[in-house]
Amino acid sequence: MTLFAMEGVSKRFGGVHALSNADIAIEAGRIHAVLGENGAGKSTLIKIMAGVIAPDEGRMMLDGAAVAFASPAAANAAGIACIFQELSLIPDLPVADNISISNPPRRFGLIDRRAQRRVAEEALARAGGENIHPLALVKDLSLSRRQMVEIAKALARKPRILILDEATSALTAADVTKIYRVLKRLRAEGLALIYISHRMHEITELADECTVFCNGRSVATYAAGTKSDNEVVELMIGREYNAVFPPRPVRAPREASPLLEVRKLAWTNRLSDISLRLHAGEVIGLGGLDGQGQRELLLALFGVLRGTTGEVAIDGKTVALSGPYAAKRREIGMALIPEDRKTEGLMLPMSVRDNLSFAALPRLSRFGVVDRKAEGDAVDRVVRLLAVRTDGVDVPAGALSGGNQQKVVIGKWLMMAPRILLLNDPTRGIDVGTKQEMYQLLRTLANDGAGILFYSTDYDELVGCCDRVLVMYDGGVVRELAGADITERALVSSALNLGAERAGANPAHRTRP
Amino acid sequence: MSPVTTPFGGDWSYWLREHRGTLLAFAAFVAMFAVYAANHPAGLNANVATTAANKGVLLAIVAMAQTVVVLTSGIDLSVGMVMVLANCLASTIVVGSPAATTLGVLGVLATGCLCGAINGVVVIYGRLQPIVTTIATGSVFYGAALALRRVPGGDIESTLADALTGQLPGGIPASLVLLAALVFIVWMPFRRSALGRAAYAVGSSEVAAYMSGVPIRRAKFAAYMLSGLLASVAGLFLTCVTYSGEASAANGGSYTLYSIAAVVLGGISLFGGSGSAIGAIFGALMFRTIGDLLFVFNVEPLWQPLFQGVVLVAAVCLGSLRLLRIRNRLDLYG
Repeated sequence: MTLFAMEGVSKRFGGVHALSNADIAIEAGRIHAVLGENGAGKSTLIKIMAGVIAPDEGRMMLDGAAVAFASPAAANAAGIACIFQELSLIPDLPVADNISISNPPRRFGLIDRRAQRRVAEEALARAGGENIHPLALVKDLSLSRRQMVEIAKALARKPRILILDEATSALTAADVTKIYRVLKRLRAEGLALIYISHRMHEITELADECTVFCNGRSVATYAAGTKSDNEVVELMIGREYNAVFPPRPVRAPREASPLLEVRKLAWTNRLSDISLRLHAGEVIGLGGLDGQGQRELLLALFGVLRGTTGEVAIDGKTVALSGPYAAKRREIGMALIPEDRKTEGLMLPMSVRDNLSFAALPRLSRFGVVDRKAEGDAVDRVVRLLAVRTDGVDVPAGALSGGNQQKVVIGKWLMMAPRILLLNDPTRGIDVGTKQEMYQLLRTLANDGAGILFYSTDYDELVGCCDRVLVMYDGGVVRELAGADITERALVSSALNLGAERAGANPAHRTRP
Repeated sequence: MSPVTTPFGGDWSYWLREHRGTLLAFAAFVAMFAVYAANHPAGLNANVATTAANKGVLLAIVAMAQTVVVLTSGIDLSVGMVMVLANCLASTIVVGSPAATTLGVLGVLATGCLCGAINGVVVIYGRLQPIVTTIATGSVFYGAALALRRVPGGDIESTLADALTGQLPGGIPASLVLLAALVFIVWMPFRRSALGRAAYAVGSSEVAAYMSGVPIRRAKFAAYMLSGLLASVAGLFLTCVTYSGEASAANGGSYTLYSIAAVVLGGISLFGGSGSAIGAIFGALMFRTIGDLLFVFNVEPLWQPLFQGVVLVAAVCLGSLRLLRIRNRLDLYG
């Protein structure tokens, strides 16, 4: 008997189909796993279920009747509770307040703190978090504890459908085992669970049914255990190529000394033991599922993170990573194209000219005064080189299209002729034409002697653009692929860390301490 | 963990953690006031206490008004002007028979609520930043105050004024009782209500509050309205102290700024979501005691702003110690 179903649901963001004609059916007393690559539509799916966003087309059925949710509160009232990754806890309030946040128990109109505490203790016990104190402030808890509180909070609402989005990603090994027991007990109690995870072994252990998403479509639903890992990976990949990549040069023999060498780089529990060598003329890709430490690695190299350990050497000389200002010095010459161009890359209200000049301003100035002529020449050169489509350089950067904004961000760093270019998912949300220009540009820069470290969530790009790809998992590099070995299949299976898990592998890479 | 059902039986460490800012403010005030009382030439007699209390309570009420808005991670730069408007209005309508006086008081309080409600509506539905909104509305409120009182003057029912600013049997300053009443009748119920909880949630993380189905708009509206109400109580009290009304821009401006200082000294985060109006009260009393301390040590009054500034900077520094622990520099600027 189907408890909840989505039929033909579609959702577009701008021109991008995040979800197209997707179907899924959930039954009570079952755990339903949802699988898919980055951008396959999983998170859009659960946001629709949880009432965060509304679908463009299609319908949702609860107990056989059509439903629509105007807000997360409405979805909650219908019995759907969703656990987003540490998104819904109020950091400054105690655990007990958080668990009862949407509807605290009241007496004479005021919050009944004793009742609230009982609710919290019960919910924490049900969620396996009985050693978390209900009066502790959420901001003082570890990520693992917070995740437990999230689960307890969801359970306190007595839901019929519980959605867990990567619920174990922040948990320690001991807590993961505990959560498995909790989830199995909830299933036995008759809850419907929707479980989104990137970890194949978790799905094998927990799920009853699985639905695979690919390019916003639900491509297959099957009973857990009836398909091999290989078959699942095939389903997750199946999509058309739509990008054209510049030819890779026949590799010149590598110079003995790398441009950039990283030895045993680590930072808190997010990066562990990373070593890599980047040579002039080389494009190295960073692969893996989103959020496995790729962003942190780039920030660490750029000197944004404090308290990193390990060594970074440029031209064989160890350098101190003190921040972007030092990183752009001539002898280091490092540039980072950030993830979010609107907040970290551009001053949207300022002109294209000003935005392009920022990084190179010291080089365009004499005695602290900007040489307007030199600036104008340099800006014109970059605008022509990148073919930025703009009505002149005095237009505010915010008025440009996404692709052209990204060109300005990249152009800003090209103005200072970087030797090492770090890119954090630079083609996200930009059109195909601009993407191709970007691929060509990266190759040209590499051929001119730059070293490029390129993180992308789009596996096509990694296959098409890179000389080598380092696949990251849980803050470490788990696999290096080179040349013809860089295939989408290899990228997906190593991103899921399948090999390691089958071998029972390195527990340090399965859970964070 | 043992199942404990009393509010904080056996859980002192968590209670202390949650109320650390408030307790620090309390301790600092007690220490400063002890030094003041011990060195006062006349000793701590009832009259000294009453004068100190009246000055302190006025700022404390404005600081409470500021607190409720700051908790939602907003700011109310119109509190001083609402106080001035209430002062001018009270000096006009809070006179006459007990019935007329009562009606007058209600009128003043209703005006305060209205001012707060206007701020709330503009911030919530107009989606303007609180700082700009309240500068603008503050100016409007001041205009209204000027229209009421072009020149200082007016009067207030002296029975009421004397009752609020005098002494109770035993020499207890009546103003402290007023302050306690505000805490127990206005602040505590707000703090313990679902709406108050929502105000904290909004200030701490608006996204998380939204995702948790917290009534964000109602919480903000309640905070701004409560701020207006408390500011008008301050205006009423000011009238009781001065027996007159004055549309003084300087008064409005300095009380607004001092209220923010008191909020900071009271251990309330300007980012919202943590702290308590009780902390702000002690912050305000502390701020006033600085001036009194300088007086008993015969320091020239000229030095007062300097010392108040130094104490403020020291308090802010203490509050910023946590920044040293941040590992991702982007979080410093986020």
